[in-house]
Amino acid sequence: MDTFVLLTVTGLGLGAMYFLIASGLSLIYGLMGVLNFAHGAFLTVGAYATWWTSTHVGGGPGTKLLVGAVVGLAVGAVLAALVELVLIRPLYRRPVEQVLVTVGLALALGALVQAIWGLDARTFPVPSWLVDTTTLFGASIPNDRFVEIATAAFVLVGLLAFLRYTRYGLIIRAGVENRAMVTALGVDVRKAFTLVFALGGMAAALAGVLSGVYFSTVDPGRGTSLLIYAFIVVVIGGFGSIGGTAVAAVVVGLIQQYANYYASSGLGDLAVVLLLALVLLARPAGLAPKVAH
Amino acid sequence: MRRAAAFAVPLVLLAVLAVVPRLSVDIPVVFGGPLDSPGTLQLLALCLVFGGVAMTYDLLFGYTGLLSFGHALPFALGVYVMAIALTKWELGLWASFAVVLAAGLVVPLVLGAVALRVSGIAFAMVTLAFAEAGHVLVQKNPDGLTGGEEGLGLNFDPLPDFFVGVLNTKNLYWLALGYAAFVFVVIRFAVASSPGHVWQAIRENPQRVEVLGLRPFGFKLIAFVLASFLATVGGVVWLIVLGTGATPQVVTTSFTLTLLVMVVIGGAGTRYGALLGGVLYTLLDQRLGALSGSERVQDLPNVIRTPLSEPLFILGTLFVLLVFFVPGGLASLGRRARVLRRSTGLERVRPVREPS
Repeated sequence: MDTFVLLTVTGLGLGAMYFLIASGLSLIYGLMGVLNFAHGAFLTVGAYATWWTSTHVGGGPGTKLLVGAVVGLAVGAVLAALVELVLIRPLYRRPVEQVLVTVGLALALGALVQAIWGLDARTFPVPSWLVDTTTLFGASIPNDRFVEIATAAFVLVGLLAFLRYTRYGLIIRAGVENRAMVTALGVDVRKAFTLVFALGGMAAALAGVLSGVYFSTVDPGRGTSLLIYAFIVVVIGGFGSIGGTAVAAVVVGLIQQYANYYASSGLGDLAVVLLLALVLLARPAGLAPKVAH
Repeated sequence: MRRAAAFAVPLVLLAVLAVVPRLSVDIPVVFGGPLDSPGTLQLLALCLVFGGVAMTYDLLFGYTGLLSFGHALPFALGVYVMAIALTKWELGLWASFAVVLAAGLVVPLVLGAVALRVSGIAFAMVTLAFAEAGHVLVQKNPDGLTGGEEGLGLNFDPLPDFFVGVLNTKNLYWLALGYAAFVFVVIRFAVASSPGHVWQAIRENPQRVEVLGLRPFGFKLIAFVLASFLATVGGVVWLIVLGTGATPQVVTTSFTLTLLVMVVIGGAGTRYGALLGGVLYTLLDQRLGALSGSERVQDLPNVIRTPLSEPLFILGTLFVLLVFFVPGGLASLGRRARVLRRSTGLERVRPVREPS
């Protein structure tokens, strides 16, 4: 029982990270039709910005992490917005070229991080209370899992509220459903593009910070390795649907944990791929209809 | 006249490439040693192998418009099945090769039948996921077959003597050249055949192909299996040319992305372009590292030197610039020059097509 609880909470924690990456990917794809391969690079850069800042400020590990995270999120958002403005926008209506540019960017940014800080993993500042465990139903669970789940839940609620109750949220939802119509009605969707990219970049950087806490290190390959599962989550959840993405992220995280423990190590990853194949064969459009709420 | 040229150009190119191991010419900066030195010949052999594999990816992406993110999988299949058959099962050269050929047909047939039920971005995602499954399988190291992270060293005993040893690098070069030429010829005839015309029609407009009464699925599957099969053979050639063994590098997503970069640099939908892209990419990837260690670069300030030390940074940046400013890839440069020269429009110019 206690193992099951530990696996469930850890799976949810993993799902939380997948959700943070996938929500941005999903909105970007839903709104603009751009499959953003550079999203993993946003995550890596955000995590490294957090780590770098934390080594340059004083105070305990908690302060370091907090200050670092604020800088990391800002860097992620600014980088993503710049990428949209400089690289994606000029290629408007050329979706294949847009994907290609993000592929090139992913390779170049990953290599740049590796050139500056090397291949070796860097130790992340993790306060001791995050490493301590809390007993829940007889299982000792590291506290960082709860922080990850709470953060993702907060982001989920915040994103849903933003999409539902603000003017820009309305434009984004309408844009995901029918971009041509929104443009025809005289609304400048391009501002929404930049905004979605910035939000996505910030969420990815947040995932980077959380993954740094989860693994207590950061390395140049982190973004790419998480990105593949985030892609799977986006496809299963249905492009452009935040709710669907959240459900899919939880399902993928849990299946991975259970199968890796109860069957054999590595089988969880294969099970997720199998799930993707089954979902696509049954419902090629993903589990949720293409509406951003 | 044009027909004759169409046959003469590849033949002359092949003849020139075939005599390279006999030339003792030193090309500074580009190569570390004279053309007939083992190091340079092996580098050229790798360039030709990747040129060939890039052409197989071009068949999928450039000619049929299938954006696959899992083309590393068939290549890795060739590498790993050959290495396992030779080293673990000790099957002998030809039996191993037969096993690889069988696997190279059956695996893409099954995976393609599943993946091609969806199209566009969903297809890209499924192929990405399948390749990731392959990566996980290799890492998992079932029964110690794949060697996991370490890779699998190759047993050289079953290989013929003329492929083993530094002195025989020229034979490896000819093997790689033979592979590239083989792929070139197969793809040339395949795209000129009647399924080949349907592939290009699918790239342009799949709905229209359906309206004309043809089912794209079967044709796409043929292209997928053919491209994968040729890539699997490429994996075997790569394994023999490299001569060390299988490494999990060949089954990563990065490797698939590399193939995509090669094809786009050269020009999608043109055999020469993909070949050129593969050769150029491999050359840059291998030589930029050596160049960044040279004295001239070492003297530069840190801000410039650090990014230059990563070949992938330069290649990624170059790739982005090419997508922006030369959308048809390097192959379109010649065509563009012709357009400039004959701006009166006397020569009919094939438009640069974008697979959608």
